[in-house]
Amino acid sequence: MNTHKTLALAALLAALGAPAALAQIRIGATLAETGPAGALGDPEARTLRLLVEQINAAGGVLGEPLELVLYDDGGDPNNARTFATRLVEHDEVVAIIGGTTTGTSLAIRSVAEEEEIPFISLAGGIEIIDPVQPFTFKTPHTDRMACEKIFEDMQAQGIARIGMISGTDGFGASMRTQCLSVAEAYGITVAADESYAPGDADMVPQLTNIRNTEGLQAVLNPGFGAGPAIVTRNYRQLGIDLPLYQSHGVAGQAFIDLSGAENAEGVRLPGTALLIADQLAGDDAQREAVVAYRDAYVGRYNEPVSTFGGYAHDALAILVDALTRNGEADPDPVDLREAIEATSGLVGTTGIYSFSAEDHLGLDLSAFRLLEIRNGGWTPVQ
Amino acid sequence: MADLLQFLMSGLTVGAVYALLALGFTIIFNASGVVNFAQGEFVMLGGMGTAFAIAAGLPVPLAALLAILGTAAVGVALNRLAIAPARGAPVVSLIIITIGAAIFLQGAAGLLFDKQIHRYPGFSGEAPLRLAGATLLPQSLWVMAGAALTFAALWLFFTRTLTGKAVLATANNPLAASLVGINTKAIMALSFGLSAAIGAVAGVLVTPITMTAYNTGVALALSGFAAAMLGGLGNPLGALAGGLLLGVLEALTAGYVSSQYKDAVSFILIILVLALMPQGLLGRKTTDRV
Repeated sequence: MNTHKTLALAALLAALGAPAALAQIRIGATLAETGPAGALGDPEARTLRLLVEQINAAGGVLGEPLELVLYDDGGDPNNARTFATRLVEHDEVVAIIGGTTTGTSLAIRSVAEEEEIPFISLAGGIEIIDPVQPFTFKTPHTDRMACEKIFEDMQAQGIARIGMISGTDGFGASMRTQCLSVAEAYGITVAADESYAPGDADMVPQLTNIRNTEGLQAVLNPGFGAGPAIVTRNYRQLGIDLPLYQSHGVAGQAFIDLSGAENAEGVRLPGTALLIADQLAGDDAQREAVVAYRDAYVGRYNEPVSTFGGYAHDALAILVDALTRNGEADPDPVDLREAIEATSGLVGTTGIYSFSAEDHLGLDLSAFRLLEIRNGGWTPVQ
Repeated sequence: MADLLQFLMSGLTVGAVYALLALGFTIIFNASGVVNFAQGEFVMLGGMGTAFAIAAGLPVPLAALLAILGTAAVGVALNRLAIAPARGAPVVSLIIITIGAAIFLQGAAGLLFDKQIHRYPGFSGEAPLRLAGATLLPQSLWVMAGAALTFAALWLFFTRTLTGKAVLATANNPLAASLVGINTKAIMALSFGLSAAIGAVAGVLVTPITMTAYNTGVALALSGFAAAMLGGLGNPLGALAGGLLLGVLEALTAGYVSSQYKDAVSFILIILVLALMPQGLLGRKTTDRV
């Protein structure tokens, strides 16, 4: 009797254990679902969960289901490093997606490069892929590209003298530095350079100084979160009638809602195709990918898509594409890395990616679309 | 001249926000000697609660009332579940408990509400008022009036009512207070409920200006705490003065010196004040009889 029980138990255990031992493609992720970058990491994590479910429902990759191992690092680089190590050593993932912020991405990169595991970052900082590291890739544009896109438009409008008001958070400070360094190449002088702290409730004094600066033709606000919405409100409160440019950091419906549609009217910023899904031309290369992702996300979570979720979408798409081309359910990390580097013309929500040995970002300026807010919605600037 | 007026108005707007935050600290501090670092979370709960109630279709006054009552209940629960069981522990331990509570409330709000930034329109419209070349948002007047009313109500409560005096007595000497028949347990519960309600009032009033999200509480608590320290912790008038002074100082620094040094200048001033007048600008001098 006892032997029977033992045998039955052993059979049961084997049956339970078996699926886990079968070839399943494990993908690791460490994101800031909570903490200061929670508003970015949350849609990223939701996107990964949703897409992995969708892919598995459609038969998986190479006939094998994907398994997502996701940790919440809270935006803390120390946690990110610990989780990245755990993903590699304990969870034995084929690749890592993540790093919501530049700080966490750099922490994960050091682990990925050391352990030779492909890593796709979702953060903006150019230093993640410059200089190029063999195993590290990233999906978002850099803040330097955002500056270039904005300055390109200013140049076209004949604007040569601008004022800047930047957040002192990581995003605002980094973009401010990049903008200052590329301004000259576009013949633009930054004649006023103000700043505000992330929690500030009022930017009127800074904007008053900008208003009093002689000969300004436009104002640029690199920033993220509530700050740019407060700047926009104060800007109208003071009755400044110069063109106002915001950054891709606030490219989402939330910015219009928080600023108030009448205050945000006429504001320009570089955004992605995701924001204007319905206005894309029928033959636009990105239309299909963008509409499919938006419909799936809104359908599941009943909240608007954000650019950040789009970064996660693109990272997973790049990885799945590389896995498929590589053709092995248990890929050698070096082969997988080479497959990612060979990505060409992959249509994402952020842009169309083509990586090379020298370029691990794979996007150019054309991926950004210059948008203007009109009547509480986004309109592409021709 | 128009610039100076504009800077002052901006400073008073921000200062009134700080003052409202600082007022919340005074009650719990007066009742228990504890600096409640979950005070910022009460402000966040007031703002988030109102934003979600308005989004659900409730009229603004009802939404605000619900948020304030709900937050007061959270305050009472915080006292009942976390502070009361640790009665007799040193004040420092209690302060650390409030930091833990703040982290818990932030996480709970992130799950219960969401992680987006929220805002609702100002109560008297959004068109700026113009005054001698300077502009002011009508909501700023609401915040200033709210700070003034809260201050007046607190002052009356502490000086004119028996319950208010019982709070002060409990703060001064809990043992003696209970010996003369004051129910110190009830006083503590009342203090936390009241303090949470004041925090929520602040949240309701400032959200149209500052906006709110599940994680704004910590920064709010720090600003309010700095203002309370500057004015003299435990003194409602000090909270009001400290908040307004801090706001005006920040605005003038940003306007006339440089926005880069705005926070540095105000914190250097706080350090100076605390070094020269450790009780804050309007704090009581305490003498311990041995």
